[in-house]
Amino acid sequence: MSEHIVPKSTYYTIFVLLLVLTYTTVQVAYFDLGPFNVVAALGIAFLKASLVVLFFMHAKWAPKLQKLIMAGALFWLAIMFSFTMMDYLTRFLDVAR
Amino acid sequence: MTTAVLPREDYLNTDYSLRSWLLTTDHKRICILYLVTITLFFAIGGAFAAMIRLSLATPTGSLVSDETYNKLFTMHGIIMVFFFLVPSIPATLGNFFIPIMIGAKDVAFPKLNLASWYIFTIGGCFTLWALITGGVDTGWTFYTPFSTLSSNTNVSLAALGIFIAGFASILTGLNFMVTIHRMRAPGMTWFRMPLFLWSMYATSLIMVLGTPVLAITLLLVAAERLLHLGIFDPARGGDPVLFQHLFWFYSHPAVYIMIVPSMGVVSEIIAAFSRKRVFGYEFVAFSSLAIAVFGFLVWGHHLFVAGLSVYSAMVFSLLSYVVAIPSAVKVFNWTATLYKGSISFATPMLYAFGFIWMFTIGGLTGLFLASLGLDIHLTDTYFVVAHFHYIMVGGAIMGYMGGLHYWWPKMTGRMYPEGWAKIGALTIFLGFNLTFFPQFILGYMGMPRRYHVYPPEFQTLNVLSSAGASILGIGYLIPLVYLLWSLKYGPIAGDNPWNAKGLEWQTTSPPPKHNFEETPVVTEEAYNYGGLEESHVG
Ligand code: HEM
Ligand SMILES: [Cu+2]
Repeated sequence: MSEHIVPKSTYYTIFVLLLVLTYTTVQVAYFDLGPFNVVAALGIAFLKASLVVLFFMHAKWAPKLQKLIMAGALFWLAIMFSFTMMDYLTRFLDVAR
Repeated sequence: MTTAVLPREDYLNTDYSLRSWLLTTDHKRICILYLVTITLFFAIGGAFAAMIRLSLATPTGSLVSDETYNKLFTMHGIIMVFFFLVPSIPATLGNFFIPIMIGAKDVAFPKLNLASWYIFTIGGCFTLWALITGGVDTGWTFYTPFSTLSSNTNVSLAALGIFIAGFASILTGLNFMVTIHRMRAPGMTWFRMPLFLWSMYATSLIMVLGTPVLAITLLLVAAERLLHLGIFDPARGGDPVLFQHLFWFYSHPAVYIMIVPSMGVVSEIIAAFSRKRVFGYEFVAFSSLAIAVFGFLVWGHHLFVAGLSVYSAMVFSLLSYVVAIPSAVKVFNWTATLYKGSISFATPMLYAFGFIWMFTIGGLTGLFLASLGLDIHLTDTYFVVAHFHYIMVGGAIMGYMGGLHYWWPKMTGRMYPEGWAKIGALTIFLGFNLTFFPQFILGYMGMPRRYHVYPPEFQTLNVLSSAGASILGIGYLIPLVYLLWSLKYGPIAGDNPWNAKGLEWQTTSPPPKHNFEETPVVTEEAYNYGGLEESHVG
């Protein structure tokens, strides 16, 4: 078990970044971006989650097998979303034609 | 075998105190803890089943009220699926034999392993509490909007129990995966592993990837019930079909959590009792993984009449056919293994044959249900009930019983009485088929599931089914009695009563606390039966 030592300053930087992103989410909510409302909110959320996983959870310094496992979990989530959306997006599709 | 004696010190006789059991981190003792717990749950679930079949013996539905009947089949399903079938083989035989079969001293995280049992038991207590204080009536599937808007039974409490028990499943899966990755003895390469380990690995994968989704789904049901969030309720912007997507994203793969371990057991038994290497070892190994992966892509076949889009129904139907391929690969390979094998009909082998027969019927009828047109006719009828009981009872439990008999001498050091065991196996086989085969016909003729009042012309088949259920019940009591009897009076088994291959047969029966006197070194592939042709088992 080789533990990577991360300087405290990195943690603080990430923490500030997360606060800034939270603030951004709130500010963005005041503008009506039409269909991009959701895209913006989820985009920022994804960015924040990535920071947490990469730095706080040390994914950035993890061995390959662990990275594979994390990627696998994301891939499974993608399966769940995409196959569910496959239903919702084709509800009104006329396949008989 | 007459000279065999019990080893002087084994995992059972090192310490007899209750404390030594409740605080044990020995994977073998944790297996026993689980064995006792799930046997209790099986008995409770079985009692509910008995009442269901008793009620269905007459068409008038006069034995219990409608509400009670709804609760009976719900509690039967919940207990059997989440508290018996899902943990059955992994938590007992998997726990006991994964470390031994790879030549390790224990699983990777022994304390976590014990924690899993406590979590499972606590979850079980919550669900039992829900049952005792009024029960649940949603069906084991918790479908919305009934479960969130209408049912006034203990839905949240029962769901909480399943939620908690789910973590036991996740932790067990994690433990097994790490164990198989990191703890293999020198020389035990992936392709020298017995097929049981491949199947346990695939099962663990499903547990780790699927169970969190079930947990979140049940949490959302509770949130909507208690906090009135609009997740599944259309009036508040939710969508009830979303529940079905989420639920089956776990629960279709979960049916493979139940069946894949049995497939692993059957591979071991077939090899040992036909004294051959399993035909196409690599194919059987990879088919387990293929099932684990492709099993996640077919859940939509439970939604064909729920408003699923026609386009995705077609995709899910096609993928459901695809997932049957790896299952068929296994069946063909087992059959090919038997070819020119030196076959003996010991009890575990009877169960393995029973498994192949009933899994094949269950799997093939799954294909009926996966075809879009036919499913409109068959869905929500007794045909579906027969389909999944052929797989889950006829398949999964047969495998479990087979494995239990095969490894019983290793686990306890004693043999069960072979004659009684054969009678038990045959009783189960006959009782099972008599119970569930008529249900295919009933369903095909249009009898819906989950109602206890039915047209009088269906009574003959229902009486046959109920009669079969009582034979099946006796069938399960027989092994319960003689296995308990054998603990004290069974003949001493010796280290390798089947003359079988595999590391588990190289240590003493029962194994010592740390499984092996010294770490074994593996030099040959699994099932190397070449030189053992002359055996005397049977
Ligand atoms: C071999 C491939 C299989 C196929 C193609 C298949 C197909 C299906 C389909 C289409 C349904 C939905 C029927 C309906 O509600 O109208 C179904 C139901 C079910 N199947 Fe299978 N199945 C397969 C294997 C299995 C296995 C291995 C198990 C269990 C170990 C299983 C357990 C179930 C259960 C529990 C249900 C009913 C759930 C419920 O509504 O309560 N199936 N199957
Ligand atoms: Cu399914």
